[in-house]
Amino acid sequence: MASVNRRVLPGFSLTLGFTVFYLSLLVLFPISACFFKAGSLSFEEFWKAVWTERARAAYVLTFGAALIAAVVNTLLGLLIAWVLVRYTFPGKKLVDSLIDLPLALPTAVGGLVYASLYVEKGWLGQFLVPLGIHGAYSRFAIVLVLVFVGLPFVVRTVQPILEDLDPEAEEAGASLGGTRWQTFRYVILPTLYPALITGFALAFARGVGEYGSVVFVSGNMPYKTEIAPILIVARLEEFAYSEATAIAVVLLGVSFSMLVLINLLERWSMRHER
Amino acid sequence: MSAETISEKPPAIAVASVRKIQQDPAWVRWGLTFLALAVLGVLVVIPVINIFVEALRAGVAVYWNNLFGDPDTLHSMVLTLTVVPIALVTNLVFGVAAAWLISKFDFPGRTVLTALIDLPFSVSPVVAGLMFVLIFGLQGYLGPFLRRDGYAVMPYLISLLAAGAFLPLCFLACPVPARARRGFWRHPRLVALGGSAVVFGLFFFIQQFFELWPHHKSLKIIFATPGLVLATAFVTFPFVARELIPVMEAVGVDEELAALSLGASGWQMFWHITVPNIKWGLVYGIILCNARAMGEFGAVSVVSGHIAGKTDTMPLRIEKLFQEYNLPGCFAVASVLTLLAILTLVAKTKLESKLPATASLHGKKTK
Repeated sequence: MASVNRRVLPGFSLTLGFTVFYLSLLVLFPISACFFKAGSLSFEEFWKAVWTERARAAYVLTFGAALIAAVVNTLLGLLIAWVLVRYTFPGKKLVDSLIDLPLALPTAVGGLVYASLYVEKGWLGQFLVPLGIHGAYSRFAIVLVLVFVGLPFVVRTVQPILEDLDPEAEEAGASLGGTRWQTFRYVILPTLYPALITGFALAFARGVGEYGSVVFVSGNMPYKTEIAPILIVARLEEFAYSEATAIAVVLLGVSFSMLVLINLLERWSMRHER
Repeated sequence: MSAETISEKPPAIAVASVRKIQQDPAWVRWGLTFLALAVLGVLVVIPVINIFVEALRAGVAVYWNNLFGDPDTLHSMVLTLTVVPIALVTNLVFGVAAAWLISKFDFPGRTVLTALIDLPFSVSPVVAGLMFVLIFGLQGYLGPFLRRDGYAVMPYLISLLAAGAFLPLCFLACPVPARARRGFWRHPRLVALGGSAVVFGLFFFIQQFFELWPHHKSLKIIFATPGLVLATAFVTFPFVARELIPVMEAVGVDEELAALSLGASGWQMFWHITVPNIKWGLVYGIILCNARAMGEFGAVSVVSGHIAGKTDTMPLRIEKLFQEYNLPGCFAVASVLTLLAILTLVAKTKLESKLPATASLHGKKTK
């Protein structure tokens, strides 16, 4: 059928040509320029740029904060998806569309408002700072804003699976004498694992690359609250392009392996469904 | 497959009996609902309210003055409104072409191409900006050339664009069935290639003859508007294609094939069959792409150079006002972008009911 289309439907060579041309010009060419630049460094130079103490601190913070935020997002996402699918309450439609706000809101705005909410005089900071919880200009602030940014991913991957869940499985679990908790734990949760892991990976990948919101809330102190993208910008401001590129290549490597992982997971979960 | 078969609902009686089994105890229901709403309240609702309260704290007059009284802020809005449409249009053209290619044809490398389209999503915005600095920046690969005689590329670029625009026109005007082709249309490829060569030559000659571009003048891409457009286009690259592919796949090819067999030209088929079918998917993709483009910060921040009144877009203006401790001005700009985000969400919710169930946030949500 598809090969018939190519003979009958017009535009195959035109769209193929244009797509490949535009893709190479805007995406592939710049990305390879980045690797090319990093390749012009000797291994020692590359290692020296990538493995400084400051860079190591930045990696630990970037991946650590993204990991914690993704775990929190997975739990919150499951909770919110469950409530949205299973229960009814007034304003449910509004709440459902609110989930996507972190994707629609510019990251700079998100960072700005989180920075002002959790400082000592902020709406939430006035209660939290006396308790010793600093939700701005700290590592906790970075996690908090990454939780905000990654909120929609798990909800949106789990929600459709939960909606399509076969009620007969639950019925069987209940009729075999399982408690409601046991049904959830042993019948429902395992079917959600692929979606949960995909959502987790998406939230994690987003958290690793996030810059706009973190730069507002973190305070950007080297060794303490400096994430890897901020370190790249700092290196660029010193005109140390090679060092910046080396760190960028590390980030690219991680995000590409995340992409491959997500694709494999999606394929796995699709096979799982069938 | 049509939209109705996808979103078919089970009969109401079945739903009622299912409800009972799936029902949790009341205290669990209320507890979890309360918890979820509290989380959303703290994470999403309070911040949004806070933005508007802070922006309007000193009254509407001050708010107005913060937005339109500051020339740099005003310029940032104008700049955002110039950069975003350009990036949007190029990505729209690409999105339609890529979606047509991927959803209607099968060819080797189709899966790889689909994955490559998603690539910009997984690149950190800062890294995206850095790439363009590495190519076009002063120390970049093309930097020395651009600085010496940058405008020398303009005749080639403009002529290439014109020749590129000629190709789809040629494709749309050409009768599709081989039988219907008369005269020079008997050799469509020859017409396309020869025609675009003529267009290229013509445009090139005109520009050279009238000396439209200055000689030996440096062309700024980084720390100037072209860099902002490139960075924005890179970051929003997948949006339109991603939303259109599932829509086009759900619609199928039957109607297009019917139109062609009845003698429609490429243009008639595209305009009367394809566009009405994908219209809402198109609008949806544009809205999402626009929201991201307006709010892009990281990539744009690296290539802009932060020259106030020159290369600051709205999100960059927010950062600058924040650093100057001008919080009312900062929140005023932020409130405009927040309003845009809310409008985007409203439009998105309205549109989702018009789309087949397959189109969603991640393209492959329900299958």
